[in-house]
Amino acid sequence: MCEVGEDYRESAPGGPPLTRPGREQKCVKCKEGPPVVVIRAGDAFCRDCFKVFYVHKFRAMLGKNRLIFPGEKVLLAWSGGPSSSSMVWQVLEGLSRDSAKRLRFVPGVIYVDEGAACGRSPEDRARTLVEVEQVLQRVGFPSHVIALEEVFGLPPSVLRCFAQEPESVGTEGAYKAAVDSFLQQQCVLGAAGEEPWSQPRPQGPQSLAGPPTAVQTEALSRLFDSVKTLTAKEELLQTLRTHLILHVARTHGYSKVMAGDSCTRLAVKLMTSLALGRGAFLAWDTGFSDERHGDVVVVRPMREHTLKEVAFYNRLFAVPSVFTPAVDTKAPEKASIHRLMEAFLLRLQAQFPSTVSTVYRTSEKLVKAPRDGCAASPPGPRCLLCLCTLDVDSADSATAFGAQTSSHLCQMQAPGPQAEAGTPTTLCCCPGLGGAQGCCSSPPWTPCRLTSWPRPSSAARGPGASRRSKRICWGTAMMRRCPVGAEVRALGPHPTRNRQARTGRQGQAGCLWLSTCINKNVLIRKLYSTHGAGRAGPLAVCGAGQRRAPQGRLAGAAVLRQAGGAAASLPTAQ
Amino acid sequence: MPAPQCASCNKARAALRRPRSGQALCGTCFCAAFEAEVLHTVVAGRLLPPGAVVAVGASGGKDSTVLAHVLRELAPRLGISLRLVAVDEGIGGYRDAALAAVRRQAARWELPLTVVAYADLFGGWTMDAVARSTAGSGRSRSCCTFCGVLRRRALEEGARLVGATHVVTGHNADDMAETVLMNFLRGDAGRLARGGGLGSPGEGGALPRCRPLQLASQKEVVLYAHFRRLDYFSEECVYAPEAFRGHARDLLKRLEAARPSAVLDLVHSAERLALAPAARPPPPGACARCGALASRALCQACALLDGLNRGRPRLAIGKGRRGLDEDGPPREAEPEPSGPPASEPVPAF
Repeated sequence: MCEVGEDYRESAPGGPPLTRPGREQKCVKCKEGPPVVVIRAGDAFCRDCFKVFYVHKFRAMLGKNRLIFPGEKVLLAWSGGPSSSSMVWQVLEGLSRDSAKRLRFVPGVIYVDEGAACGRSPEDRARTLVEVEQVLQRVGFPSHVIALEEVFGLPPSVLRCFAQEPESVGTEGAYKAAVDSFLQQQCVLGAAGEEPWSQPRPQGPQSLAGPPTAVQTEALSRLFDSVKTLTAKEELLQTLRTHLILHVARTHGYSKVMAGDSCTRLAVKLMTSLALGRGAFLAWDTGFSDERHGDVVVVRPMREHTLKEVAFYNRLFAVPSVFTPAVDTKAPEKASIHRLMEAFLLRLQAQFPSTVSTVYRTSEKLVKAPRDGCAASPPGPRCLLCLCTLDVDSADSATAFGAQTSSHLCQMQAPGPQAEAGTPTTLCCCPGLGGAQGCCSSPPWTPCRLTSWPRPSSAARGPGASRRSKRICWGTAMMRRCPVGAEVRALGPHPTRNRQARTGRQGQAGCLWLSTCINKNVLIRKLYSTHGAGRAGPLAVCGAGQRRAPQGRLAGAAVLRQAGGAAASLPTAQ
Repeated sequence: MPAPQCASCNKARAALRRPRSGQALCGTCFCAAFEAEVLHTVVAGRLLPPGAVVAVGASGGKDSTVLAHVLRELAPRLGISLRLVAVDEGIGGYRDAALAAVRRQAARWELPLTVVAYADLFGGWTMDAVARSTAGSGRSRSCCTFCGVLRRRALEEGARLVGATHVVTGHNADDMAETVLMNFLRGDAGRLARGGGLGSPGEGGALPRCRPLQLASQKEVVLYAHFRRLDYFSEECVYAPEAFRGHARDLLKRLEAARPSAVLDLVHSAERLALAPAARPPPPGACARCGALASRALCQACALLDGLNRGRPRLAIGKGRRGLDEDGPPREAEPEPSGPPASEPVPAF
């Protein structure tokens, strides 16, 4: 009933148009075998036809988009859940075929242990890790088992987009040319003497560092505890996980990452992103390929497989998977936007069986361009955390953004208590724009010029105090806006940071980057690394209460000073 | 514990907290803030130029009542003049009561009121007759599809009758959020591509339309009506429970309970959606029968009426548009900035 464009059959039969498959029915494809699963509201498939159908979908998705070159190193992001396990299994089977059609890339597997974020005990995590290692041994690809605590050691380069030369895929000639150039590159680099076509040698799981220390674990759980709403926790977890996987991919030379999002999950993700204000970036968040990070492209080959098909396939063909509780396990339906959307979509799906596929088909029509069609103009500044081009307008425009920021301008007249639930406290750019010259009339996509940062102690962020640059997109800013409780003191002086501080400033940069993620009044500054910079410059993070000055290295609200090599390192306009 | 002081005048006791920002305000200050925001929307979006004759789609419901009241207050500053246009769809037990409310309002505000009825405009077809004709086919009646298309046509006719240059409707932020959710769930890429703005500029001879209340949430509209003691009609349309919009509305209410900013987030998402050129609606031409704006040979209103008159009411609904020499997915004839015809069950003019 709900779908637009539904066919109207004039001679509609009295009952439901599709009859339930009875015992005497045969597989709709081969008409011989007994049906074991019903797909797409009425098509009964037998075991073998189902397998063929499933595998064909996977291969067709890879083949249609032609983004993965032969011999390329691809990192498979495995969470232990059914969809990603199925994906890993498909890759395993695809590589081992003896036909000319076998998959020809070099896979690796990464597993991120998120137990600290979910509040699991070390014994539980150790047990899960044992199961994980068993499955990884069976699979046999080079694997990386990383704990989420490693985010504390991430360099700020994770937040940068390394621009790549634009590839034009889609035409036959362009693809072949791209493959040729890629293979040439491989030969030039020497590829460590390894034949790109050979089966990758089974290697044991490698970790970046040893098992996480208790202090790190505690720091991470404090980080997540300080985030008050489940929605923000889930978003934070996704952001951290993405950055961690990205970093591993970059360090080990993987140019593609395969994520195991199924059709159902992507439909839920699409609706959730809509509700979180990320409508501008839906094509990146839910499309087949996600090239935000430049050199590493995330692909989603499972995006046409519904969760039902995945579950049945895993059961029928004994695909190993490891169950791990997530942040939202056993959470009630109203706990977060993600849960709400999931429950709603699945309920609607039960009533109108085409809901998920309809949403998916709509997502295929989305394009990765700004709506106004100003694609010709150079892309504007990017959000610091999600690396999408900013979608913010000026503060007084007649749009939702203008409404949100202008309401805050009204609030500024009488500073009320900031810690109320649902209070949009500070969008990173609004207060200063009220009276700043020229800011409000600046067209969208243009950041305000950064002059100086006010001290966080000045509660009156009066108009004209300073102009601030817009650094995060609406969606990410909304996450920051949710009532985060106490400031993050998880990054107090602790051994990891001190140790790394002795060797380089990377650790501190990483920690402070992390702190800005969830700081409620964050004004995200440009982070710079001290690559090649002899002197240690303070990393400025403005935020109420972030005036922590251990060892005098952090200034509370220092003006951002640019280290020598860092000015050119970020692609944002300044 | 006693209510805090009003945050803006600091004199009176606060009477409410604004849903959007949690700011505590007294009644007068809240109304002033609301009016200021609507004024800002109109001015910043350049919706109503000075000297415009504005036809307000008045249904008697809270949105159109608040809209008419606010525009009447702002009319001297904006330099516009107002006319009320009410549409009588012929839904018994509902629309007649709503029209009584509209008449009272027009009398109180001394604004000229014009009532256009479906029965006069569309050859005797009232909504009740449409519902009877589409019932019994084993599927839903799709009353809202008919009602929405015909109502927009009726509003346009009424606006022309009074010599208006602009048409305004009272859609609020919740309506827009429900619309974008609904369009995604139904897979209506054409409407997704068209929606999201503040209105349509009025191409090809159609009157420009806008929605000044688009950035005000429903709660604020109701609170404004309460503080200004406005008299409106607040019952639901008889056919409302059958609409698909009910699902989207239910979802929006849950989202809003979980996260109050969800409504504006959805409006922001709708503004920023980028759809492929193939999914966008084609540039409109003129209807072969009535001359109105149409994407195909016949505008949607004429196509629907055609189907009704032929005794095949669902002819123009759905993909298989047999008998109309058309192909392609159905699209709205007139640019529909406010969403699909399966529209608000609650009068939201």
